[in-house]
Amino acid sequence: MTEVTKIDGIGSSVRRTEDKKFLTGKGRYTDDINRPGQVQAYFLRSDVAHAEIKSIDTKAAQSAPGVVGVFTGSDIAADKVGGPICGWVVPCRDGSSTKEPPHPLLAQGKVRFVGDAVAVVVAETMEQAKSAAELIDVDYNELTPVVDFVNADEGAQIHEEVPNNCYFDWELGDESATNKAIESAAKVVKLSVRNNRLVPNAMEPRSALAEYDSLDESYTLHTTSQNPHLTRLVLAAFMFAIPESKLRVIAPDVGGGFGSKIYVYIEEAVCVWASKKIGRPVKWTADRTQAFLTDCHGRDHVNDVQLALDENNKIIGLRVDTVCNLGAYLSAFSVVVPTILHGTLLSGQYDIPAIYTNVKGMATNTVNVDAYRGAGRPEATYLLERTMETAAKEVGMDPAEFRRINFIPKDAFPYQTQVALQYDIGDYEPHLDKAMEMIDYSNFEKRRAEAAKRGMYRGIGMSSYIEACGLAPSAVVGALGGRVGQWESASVRVNPTGTISVFTGSHSHGQGHATTFAQIVADKLGIPMENVEVIHGDTDKTPFGMGSYGSRSLASGGSAISKAVDKIINKSKKIAAHLLEASEDDIDFKDGKFVVGGTDKEKAFGEIALAAYVPHNYPLETLEPGLEENAFYDPTNFVFPSGTHIAEVEIDPATGVVEVVDWAACDDFGNLVNPMIVEGQVHGGIAQGIGQALLEDAHYDENGQLLTASYMDYCMPRADDLPSFKVGYTNTPCTHNDLGVKGCGEAGAIASPPALINAVIDALSPLGVTDMSMPATPQKVWKAIQESQSVAAE
Amino acid sequence: MYSTKYIKPNSTSEALEAIKSMGEGKFLAGGMTLIPTLKQRLASPDGLVDISGCDLDSISDEGDTIKIGAMTKHASVAESGLVNEAIPALAKLADGIGDRQVRNRGTLGGSVANNDPSACYPSAVLALKAIVHTNTRSIEADEFFTGMFETALEENEIIEAISFSKPTKANYVKFPNPASRYAMVGVFVAQFNDGVRVAVTGAGEGGVFRHAEMEAALSSNYNADALSALEISSDGLISDLHASPEYRANLIKEMTKRAVV
Ligand SMILES: Cc1cc2nc3c(=O)[nH]c(=O)nc-3n(C[C@H](O)[C@H](O)[C@H](O)COP(=O)(O)OP(=O)(O)OC[C@H]3O[C@@H](n4cnc5c(N)ncnc54)[C@H](O)[C@@H]3O)c2cc1C
Repeated sequence: MTEVTKIDGIGSSVRRTEDKKFLTGKGRYTDDINRPGQVQAYFLRSDVAHAEIKSIDTKAAQSAPGVVGVFTGSDIAADKVGGPICGWVVPCRDGSSTKEPPHPLLAQGKVRFVGDAVAVVVAETMEQAKSAAELIDVDYNELTPVVDFVNADEGAQIHEEVPNNCYFDWELGDESATNKAIESAAKVVKLSVRNNRLVPNAMEPRSALAEYDSLDESYTLHTTSQNPHLTRLVLAAFMFAIPESKLRVIAPDVGGGFGSKIYVYIEEAVCVWASKKIGRPVKWTADRTQAFLTDCHGRDHVNDVQLALDENNKIIGLRVDTVCNLGAYLSAFSVVVPTILHGTLLSGQYDIPAIYTNVKGMATNTVNVDAYRGAGRPEATYLLERTMETAAKEVGMDPAEFRRINFIPKDAFPYQTQVALQYDIGDYEPHLDKAMEMIDYSNFEKRRAEAAKRGMYRGIGMSSYIEACGLAPSAVVGALGGRVGQWESASVRVNPTGTISVFTGSHSHGQGHATTFAQIVADKLGIPMENVEVIHGDTDKTPFGMGSYGSRSLASGGSAISKAVDKIINKSKKIAAHLLEASEDDIDFKDGKFVVGGTDKEKAFGEIALAAYVPHNYPLETLEPGLEENAFYDPTNFVFPSGTHIAEVEIDPATGVVEVVDWAACDDFGNLVNPMIVEGQVHGGIAQGIGQALLEDAHYDENGQLLTASYMDYCMPRADDLPSFKVGYTNTPCTHNDLGVKGCGEAGAIASPPALINAVIDALSPLGVTDMSMPATPQKVWKAIQESQSVAAE
Repeated sequence: MYSTKYIKPNSTSEALEAIKSMGEGKFLAGGMTLIPTLKQRLASPDGLVDISGCDLDSISDEGDTIKIGAMTKHASVAESGLVNEAIPALAKLADGIGDRQVRNRGTLGGSVANNDPSACYPSAVLALKAIVHTNTRSIEADEFFTGMFETALEENEIIEAISFSKPTKANYVKFPNPASRYAMVGVFVAQFNDGVRVAVTGAGEGGVFRHAEMEAALSSNYNADALSALEISSDGLISDLHASPEYRANLIKEMTKRAVV
């Protein structure tokens, strides 16, 4: 573990400095911001899933009280405003590329999901806008909706540009080698799993406030975004064709994203457009129903898995055929999530000599599906870890032992997988061993027997996951179809008194960057953390950056900060050498002081800063005054956190209720900057994973109506659904970034669903139950028990 | 929410006058159901008559019954010494409704007048032989609930209080809907000298109902074992995303067994 040298430095669990405002309700979110003269936008949305629009009559709405404008797709088209773009595409098996249908800001001729925006009403108040929207008459010619994505190719065609409703049909790996392995295997384990569809449910609904300044012809957009610079780029370059400098995007406090606030949504763009059209600031805030209907959803995969084993139970091949639901339009990352972020993870922690996967991405009349905490990696982990557990049971091995004999050995790193990725470092047995110890694995059967006496079924299940975070390097991203770079930026400004302003291109929406990033700087410069201020979320203040997603902020953003601080130290040494009349090579920097080696001559960091800004005694002929440095950091590889989670459950056969009674998580995140924040991320991730495995399910009926469109029917995890988590770590520091850090934001959500479902199946295994789909609701579990009993009775 | 009038009178009679003066008015109690309905524009009453100032929130011991004012909040029932002593099951029920915020706004009268098929209170009203006192009459529980979201209340009739008979034994056990935590099945069992009453909420397509077979079984033997041989019919039970009629039938039996202790 990292040695903690400083009370608020790297490795210490400093309390989060941002919490004071959040816990006292003083956060400043987009909806808290109001501008003089502001008007409200309300979107009229389709209540049918698939239809042609025969006509839209907005006359009555135009003249309703308070209305300042009513606009439809034809107004947008007349102004030639583009729609949201797909940020990443992949090649298809037949050599063609991903089919990218247009996504108009407001429907043009057709609606494609319940919630698709048909018109926008702008009025003095939101209530007036809503009332006016009720007066709009839309005449639909309803078409057959496509909801079942597995058979979407047989459904009515949703986009002219997307034959068979298939956006892409992608493959990775060596098909013939894999098929050969399967044919020659001593045993092939087959499994079909489904990754249920989830609604991200950020606590803060999406919101946008756009303002146009006619004097300098520029826009300011406050919005709920995880990456304000990307939002600006997409809006300016792809939608409005204006210089970036004419658009300032501010993502102030953002109340959670989980992926759903990565993309540029149509509402933000319409507000920007309307603010100029109307000449007044335009605000829109989603209510919870709109959030359910129009925030991008997550997951929704089915995977057919074949795992080939030799006679010693060593894995010799893996084939995965996947169909996934991408919804009505492609959003920014919807293509990369089920392909590059999924297929490349299929080797897991295992040495698998042949892997092949095929992924079909389907269009349906449901809202877009895109990244959600974990994004592709939970899907890969779920299918793999469910298969590992099933295989272990089928060959009669302890699941831990079966994993152990298939782990990539510690001395095999860097390890080249058969699915493109090269793992730089890892050591998997220690976290398996530690997690087993934490949960007292060896005495489990005693606990099972004791529970049985109480009439309860107890089960244990594990998951040894790997994930790839900090998407990189840019060149590889580009080669794989990515349309953006994947570096991160930082600007470190030393103020004249030696305090620091850190401007980061990444974005915090709950992750605690103000604390973690300040710790890095404070530690490196040997100054108190209070002297470090972290600024993010404003394109006019921060350097161009990629924002936060994919557990990249510390590995990429933190590393950029570290590099900028190194430049500050280098320059400071030069200044110190001048002031101390020594050679630069003789200057040591330690604990915030520049010391001439072997002497007591020293200068504090603050004195250097002052000298840089008040350069009365300063080497001006060789050195610029001031002390401010930028760094752009493009990582040389992904980072690869890994770990083992073990869940223990008890099932009440009378009701089917699954209680999670114990949980051990042992993760290898490399070095930890703030262990308390990391633990919080682990807790939150597991909570979301437990939500997916037991509670959450976004359910569309056959007409494309979202039945779970409120908390009355969509079940979020609550505190009393969760056990107390046992959290532990191992550490193999990342080899290719200065901080030796990996990523921790998504691990819990990636690791936990298979561990939990494995535990549920294990609990029911005495009854002969071998499969269980997510979410394992009480009714589903009860039914499985009933069915197994009736089978037993036959 | 459509704009509407809001009036807060100081007595029941003023409240009645006020509501009569409106075309289609609504009494506003805790607002936990009504306000969300308004916000979603699912209702557009001509006015709201807030009855929180009408002195309808007392709890009193009337000998054989406990009388609770319509405006008594769930939290007050849960904390009431009188209720906890005479009918602890009723206090337990109130304590299990929604969350802390809901319990400190939602009222007995609002819950019973609304007769949500998943609400908890209607089962207590039915099982505890309650009398619903309105501004014009007293309605017996068995006559009060007439179907899902339907009651015997006439237009502009106001519930003033409800009297609950004191049982010799009673219990309420709820299996919450995992998402909403309303009752997916809730069973209120009450034992009286002349027999046992079992009311089931959350499960019936027609709202809360009494379960005759379980009442008969428990009246002759107040013991969970008395239910073992019973086959609970799934006819007429709600089918939704969370529970099939068969699963609900199972829960009815299981929750009743757990209630009989
Ligand atoms: C998040 C949440 C969770 C909940 N969970 C549960 C739960 O677990 N179990 C449960 O049982 N309930 C639950 N409820 C319902 C809640 O407890 C209230 O009982 C319910 O909302 C109605 O009571 P109210 O006082 O808020 O009535 P209001 O919403 O004010 O009124 C409801 C209806 O009753 C009418 N009305 C009100 N008072 C009278 C009166 N005295 N005479 C005649 N008509 C009247 C009103 O006109 C209106 O039509 C929950 C509610 C919420 C919001």
